[in-house]
Amino acid sequence: MSSWFAMGGYAAYVWPAYIIVAGTLAALWLVSRRTLKALEAEVELAEAENPRRKNS
Amino acid sequence: MQRFANPGRFQRLARTVYPWTAALTVLCLAAGLWFALVASPGDYQMGESVRLMYVHVPSAWMALFSYVNLAIAGAVLLVWKHPLAELAGRAMAPVGACFTALCLITGSLWGQPMWGTWWVWDARLTSVLILFFLFLGYIALTNAFDDPTRGGKAAAVLALVGVVNVPIIKFSVDWWNTLHQPASLTRLDAPAIHSSMLVPLLLMAFGFTFYFVSITLVRMRAEILARRLRALQFAQGSVAAEVSA
Repeated sequence: MSSWFAMGGYAAYVWPAYIIVAGTLAALWLVSRRTLKALEAEVELAEAENPRRKNS
Repeated sequence: MQRFANPGRFQRLARTVYPWTAALTVLCLAAGLWFALVASPGDYQMGESVRLMYVHVPSAWMALFSYVNLAIAGAVLLVWKHPLAELAGRAMAPVGACFTALCLITGSLWGQPMWGTWWVWDARLTSVLILFFLFLGYIALTNAFDDPTRGGKAAAVLALVGVVNVPIIKFSVDWWNTLHQPASLTRLDAPAIHSSMLVPLLLMAFGFTFYFVSITLVRMRAEILARRLRALQFAQGSVAAEVSA
């Protein structure tokens, strides 16, 4: 197990790369999902205040 | 195709497709990571550092794939003036910028142990850096105008002009004498890579592609809603103005 973490001496390069890729892709996904959810709530609110335009 | 070009229909289609592409993303990446980090062998020359390939190469492919899609969206916007094309461009540009940055960072982390340097100003690395700046320029232009439609058009022109950089990146390793190695997969003869390394590479590449599709759907839905919200607020504003007048 510890030899696997050592990555044949390249641990200092392999693990940061995987962590940065996973972190970036996960963060982008989370931010995009959160923006979508927030906008869905806002549009629903605005449509409730403005029922005439609901079907446009 | 035209049937899905209506924003309302697109919302419904995107909501149906998204769970599937999201599931495929998770599946491909889970299997890909298992093969990339555990089940695949080290390289006879590069040792375990070859595992960087399974994130670096798919990131590079996705950077180019994102840019080509951005340019297609730009062409559709300029030729047919289709509103969904503008939203697609806005949705895809930050994703492409992220993939390009990841390609540069993982490449740098691979370059240090293999070439003995984090960075060289050779043709491949420099042209990918230019690609990154093209994405940033695109994002800046879409937000540079008070009228979002004008920003979208200006950015579309930039995307189309910048497309000249795509073949330069692809062939830079053949045209110039670079430190970067030439392509192993897309050669005229058989790919110069063993299946034990090809499997994790392709799984990661498919995972990244499904990720791109999923996140583009999410971001396009958000762009459609943002536009709808602006229209609703504008309508409300004009009603309020009538009342107060």
